[in-house]
Amino acid sequence: MTTMLHTVNKSPLERNTLDSCLRLATAGSAILLIEDGVYGALRGTTAAEKIAARMKDFKIYVLGPDMAARGLNEAPLVDGIEVVDYGGFVDLVAEHEAQQAWL
Amino acid sequence: MMEEDDFDPEVIKRFMFVNRKAPYGTVYALESLETVLISAAFDQDVSVVFLDDGVFQLKKGQDTTGINMKNFSPTFRALEGYDVEKLYVEKESLEARGLTENDLVVDVEILSTDELREIMAAQDVVISA
Repeated sequence: MTTMLHTVNKSPLERNTLDSCLRLATAGSAILLIEDGVYGALRGTTAAEKIAARMKDFKIYVLGPDMAARGLNEAPLVDGIEVVDYGGFVDLVAEHEAQQAWL
Repeated sequence: MMEEDDFDPEVIKRFMFVNRKAPYGTVYALESLETVLISAAFDQDVSVVFLDDGVFQLKKGQDTTGINMKNFSPTFRALEGYDVEKLYVEKESLEARGLTENDLVVDVEILSTDELREIMAAQDVVISA
């Protein structure tokens, strides 16, 4: 089996991109929320429970610069989500054999 | 000496194209299909998946004369001629849109979410649109 890094770049409040990623990613995969996907990391939204319920299945990251750009630097995140910078993004790509971009 | 990134025709990689968008509202679907056709020239192990609104790309009876866009749905029937024979549709996505296999322009393999997840995890390269 290929170790996979999934990226999600759409808000889960507007699109079903995150839903499909969570449905079809293999347990143990890494998921990185980028661009408008970062809204999925926030605690207290109507989408937060979707991710919270799957924290045991996936390692979930969110891209810090995309959070900061949206004024979300201090915003509370769903427990267990790790913030990474661009260097961390590169590390994630290097650590996994393949990548799947959910658009 | 062979550099790591050089194209080696002896190495067959598993390429999966994942289509999640309806056909004409954005250019994703057409561009994805063109990429599939290009990839077919490289004799790789290619599969094409349709899920979420991507299943609408395969709907029979598309007539685009009124919107001045190319109806590319017949091209899916030509993929077999390019040795692209693995067309997968997620059952859940199809049913959620009130469609059945009979509504599609081409023969596909209908897969459950679990079956599709397993095939996705076995790919070397996944290209999504």
